[in-house]
Amino acid sequence: MGEALPAARVDEARQRAVAQALRAFLPGRSVLWQEEDTRPYECDGLTAYRSVPMVVALPETEEQVQRVLRTCHALGVPVVPRGAGTGLSGGALPPGDGVLLSMAKFMRVLRLDPLARVAVLQPGVRNAAISDVAAPFGLYYAPDPSSQIACTIGGNVAENSGGVHCLKYGLTVHNVLRVRGYAIDGEPLDFGGEALDTSGLDLLALMIGSEGLLAVATEITVKLLPKPLAARVVMASFDDVQKAGDAVAAVIAAGIIPAGLEMMDKPATHAVEQYVGAGYDLGAAAILLCESDGIAEEVEDEIARVKTVLERAGATRITVSRDEAERLKFWSGRKAAFPAMGRISPDYYCMDGTIPRKRLGEVLNFIGAMEKKYGLRCPNVFHAGDGNLHPLILFDASDADQLRRTEAFAAEVLEKCIAVGGTITGEHGVGVEKIDQMCLQFGAAELELFHAVKRAFDPQGLLNPGKAVPTLARCAEFGRRHVHGGQLPQPGLPRF
Amino acid sequence: MPAAFQERIREAAARGAPLRLRGGGSKDFYGGALEGEVLDTRGHAGVVTYEPTELVITARCGTRLEELEATLAASGQMLAFEPPRFGADATLGGCVAAGLSGPRRASAGAVRDFVLGARLLDGRARELCFGGQVMKNVAGYDVSRLLAGSLGTLGLILEVSLKVLPRPAAELTLQLELSEDKALEALNRWAGRPLPISASAWRGGLLDLRLSGAPSALQAAAKQIGGRPVDPAQAERFWSGIREHADAFFAGDVPLWRLSLPSQGPALGLPGEQMIEWNGALRWLRARTDAAAVRAAAQRAGGQATLFRAADKAAGAFAPLSPVLLRLHRELKAAFDPAGIFNRGRLYPEF
Repeated sequence: MGEALPAARVDEARQRAVAQALRAFLPGRSVLWQEEDTRPYECDGLTAYRSVPMVVALPETEEQVQRVLRTCHALGVPVVPRGAGTGLSGGALPPGDGVLLSMAKFMRVLRLDPLARVAVLQPGVRNAAISDVAAPFGLYYAPDPSSQIACTIGGNVAENSGGVHCLKYGLTVHNVLRVRGYAIDGEPLDFGGEALDTSGLDLLALMIGSEGLLAVATEITVKLLPKPLAARVVMASFDDVQKAGDAVAAVIAAGIIPAGLEMMDKPATHAVEQYVGAGYDLGAAAILLCESDGIAEEVEDEIARVKTVLERAGATRITVSRDEAERLKFWSGRKAAFPAMGRISPDYYCMDGTIPRKRLGEVLNFIGAMEKKYGLRCPNVFHAGDGNLHPLILFDASDADQLRRTEAFAAEVLEKCIAVGGTITGEHGVGVEKIDQMCLQFGAAELELFHAVKRAFDPQGLLNPGKAVPTLARCAEFGRRHVHGGQLPQPGLPRF
Repeated sequence: MPAAFQERIREAAARGAPLRLRGGGSKDFYGGALEGEVLDTRGHAGVVTYEPTELVITARCGTRLEELEATLAASGQMLAFEPPRFGADATLGGCVAAGLSGPRRASAGAVRDFVLGARLLDGRARELCFGGQVMKNVAGYDVSRLLAGSLGTLGLILEVSLKVLPRPAAELTLQLELSEDKALEALNRWAGRPLPISASAWRGGLLDLRLSGAPSALQAAAKQIGGRPVDPAQAERFWSGIREHADAFFAGDVPLWRLSLPSQGPALGLPGEQMIEWNGALRWLRARTDAAAVRAAAQRAGGQATLFRAADKAAGAFAPLSPVLLRLHRELKAAFDPAGIFNRGRLYPEF
């Protein structure tokens, strides 16, 4: 991280040529190239990486998107698609020598069919807006990333976004039926459909989570689910983090799949309590939030079972939300965890590893050791149900040494995630941020295959170049720089 | 075992000779041509890791599906997509390669929704590893899900990690008398309400609905839906018959079509007998009708028709791909299997 790309030495003749080519079919206000206009696009949610795009294009119609792509393809200009720019891995970091393709004007809900339980959306529709328009029909869209007020469905498709209800309701890939869009050469593409399966290879699964490297989505059909009639959340305190982790396993062992199962450690609850006053137990080493949803009778039954399991697992305090207001209050702290860190530290760096849940205690102890080693604090919030850990390293970016220590800290944690059989990214994507760690997660053969998949869609490598999948040369260079535990990283690392 | 597989693959690739990847052979009838020398995967079997509290099982391709499901059942868990076995020899590798899901699919998800990771031997006999054993993983393209339904055309699936779920606390089957139109309308309406419907099957004016969940939820739902409760043992036999195609509807030699359609699509009005599953999204048709007519009707309804079981598959097993999708399929095939040796013609005659 912290790679402030050199302020672009823009090839002005090239810039003029590209802008002019786009102006041939886009209105003047939809093509930006002067720095005061393009500067706002220099980064996404990962602000440590910045690069001012050569040109920004803001098409409004599918035909315009197609022509932007055709034009860039013909001119050999890189294209980076962008939704709301809330991504946390730099997936929408612009190319200094290319076009940033903003899909922000595609904000319409094209169709909502309550009987078929589907919504057809333009890619710039906000995640939370989908559930808003579906609400009058008793329906909603399940994936709820914490940026859901701002992030768009197009970005969700690119990143295969998750949220706090994934264990029961799945990720974006489980809730999207169809994606229409364009390849880099302007060829229209159509993956999936409104039926539950289509013939041939599952290209929809390949497209979702491809970080904008394969195609640009212009229309997305999502599944809507019936809104549960009731939901209640149990908040449980534990005097030990490992006990809380074991309690999660005990809930699953009892045959319960909670709608949400989240854990926060003591530093995290202290930070958010000051910020939102969610009523968390500040004496606890960790708290668990366990939500049950369904019809009222079912929720009552499940909550009673969850309480018994958590008591047996050694919970020191258990509170059940009495009404909807209290349920939302309990959740408010978890949902505000990231901004709360912003109040207690000038900067925070959010990691996104996923680990087998049983290794939680070990990984948290490791993070504790890293806090000492690097002299930085690191509260933890954890999608406990699905093993997705978000350690938040607190630092001050204006201090170059702290930035360096944060970077080393994060790299060690990601490597630990791989070592315990997990992954470097659960839901935020690789982008530019974790591209070096991809060299540890995958061997040369897998990376080669990823590049071959990319070439099938984009032979010239113009779409979102340099993201998500490192070149083998980059990995070789990373391998030379990177010595861990006295040994060079090897493809033999346990990573499956 | 993988070393022996690798040897076979290298040798076949050098000669450009097709290999037919095969587990128990229970789905030999499915898809297109069976070309090449058989590479039997059954020797590479066994559960690698299974921890019920992690909700993940990892097993080798030759593991018998029946055995795998028995292992899960012993811990009160299941494969929620209820894969059809079509025979006691069905293997895990074949289940993932075929990508077929059973009655619970509309509510729980398909095979691909539960695939978390896979090990694969590609056409150059390289052992590749994608995904992992965790629920959330967005590192790299989602190749392991791409393998579900690939019919072995991309490589030899060595090992798969699947998400598993607890078995429901209780199940209850209700039977209602409804016409096709009324059943389709009701199924879609119910699917939009928070009801624990886990399977549906309509044929000849009768609709069976399976509810799964907490006993309290089943009682409440049964009150809303109405109908007549079916004896539990009889219900279990019925759903197993639907899943395994042991039901009388699937007997005989009349061609069997599988139509995957938007669930709310109206009755198709095609000649022949019909069985409707997945809240209307899956329609089985027994008919000797002209293939083009069936495919056209499916397309008009916004879906596709597969010639599932038939003596004569000259019409092609699967709905043809658009030129752009065919090009992408060919290029992906070449990326995984440059010599074009794996299950040639099984998915489409073109590769």
